Amino acid sequence: MHWNSINEFLAMGGYGFYVWGSFCITFLCMAIEVWLLNKRRKHIAQSAQ
Amino acid sequence: MAINWFKYASPKTFYPLAGKIIPWCAAGAAILIAYGLYIGLFVAPTDFQQGEGYRIIFVHVPAAWFSMFLYLLMAFYAGMGLVFNAKLSYMMASAIAPTGAMFTFLALVTGSLWGKPMWGAWWVWDARLTSELILLFLYMGYFSLQSAIDDKNRADKASAVLAIVGAINVPIIYFSVKWWNTLHQGSSVSLTKAPAMAAIMLQGMLVMAIGFWLYSVAVILMRVRSEILERENKTLMFNRE
Repeated sequence: MHWNSINEFLAMGGYGFYVWGSFCITFLCMAIEVWLLNKRRKHIAQSAQ
Repeated sequence: MAINWFKYASPKTFYPLAGKIIPWCAAGAAILIAYGLYIGLFVAPTDFQQGEGYRIIFVHVPAAWFSMFLYLLMAFYAGMGLVFNAKLSYMMASAIAPTGAMFTFLALVTGSLWGKPMWGAWWVWDARLTSELILLFLYMGYFSLQSAIDDKNRADKASAVLAIVGAINVPIIYFSVKWWNTLHQGSSVSLTKAPAMAAIMLQGMLVMAIGFWLYSVAVILMRVRSEILERENKTLMFNRE
C-alpha cells in the first residue's frame, strides 16, 4: 500500500482535483453511455409490443 | 470443418451472437478496470517528476488509444460496407462512432486536467492536441452527415466516405509528437522501443487499456443490436437466443 492515510490518498499530493476530476469524468461518461443504451433498448421493446 | 464466416454477416444471425458475447466482455471489463484502478491508485509509486499528478495517465492514455483505434475500426467497417454493400458493416461503423467520440472527448478533457497543473494551461495549440481535436470534429461530422441525409442507404455511404478520408488524421495524431516540436510529451510506450516507464505503471496502464477495450466491445455490440432492431426487425428481440 502506497498511502499512509485516507486524507493523503484524497489529496493526491496536491493534485487531488485534477486526478479525481479525470477519473470521475471518465467513469461518469461510461456509466451514462451504458444507461443510454439500456434506455434505448427499453424504448424499442415498448414500441415493438 | 469449414466455418462459414459469412453466416454472421447477416444481421439476423449476428444479433443473437452479439447477445452472447456482451455479458462476457462486460464482466471482463469490470474485473480488469477494477484491477487497473487498484494498480493505478494503490500500487504504482509516485512519479519522480510529476508527483501524484501522473496518475491521470491511467485513464488518459487508454482513452486516447481507443479514440484513435476505434476511429480506424469505424473506417474499416465503413470500407467493408462500401466494398461488400453489407448493411451490418455500416451498422457496426455507426455503432462504433459514439464510443470513439466519447473516448476522444475524454482524452481531451483528462489531458486538459493534466495540462493545467503540469504546463500551467488547460489548452495549447500544439500539434498533438490540435489533431486530437480534429478527430473529435471528424466524429461530429460523421454524426451530422448520418442525420442530415434521410435515405438511410445514402447516409451510410456518404458517412462511410467521410470516415475513410478522415482516417488520414489518425497517423497524424500518432506521429505528431515526432514530426513536430510539441509541448505534449513523446510516447512512453511504443512497439519498437523498450517502454520508458516503471514496469508497474506500464502494467496498470495496459490492464486499464484491455479493460477499456472489453468495455468498448460490450457497448458497441449493445448499440449494434439496437440498431439491428430499429432498422430490420423489432421482433428479433423476443426470439429465444
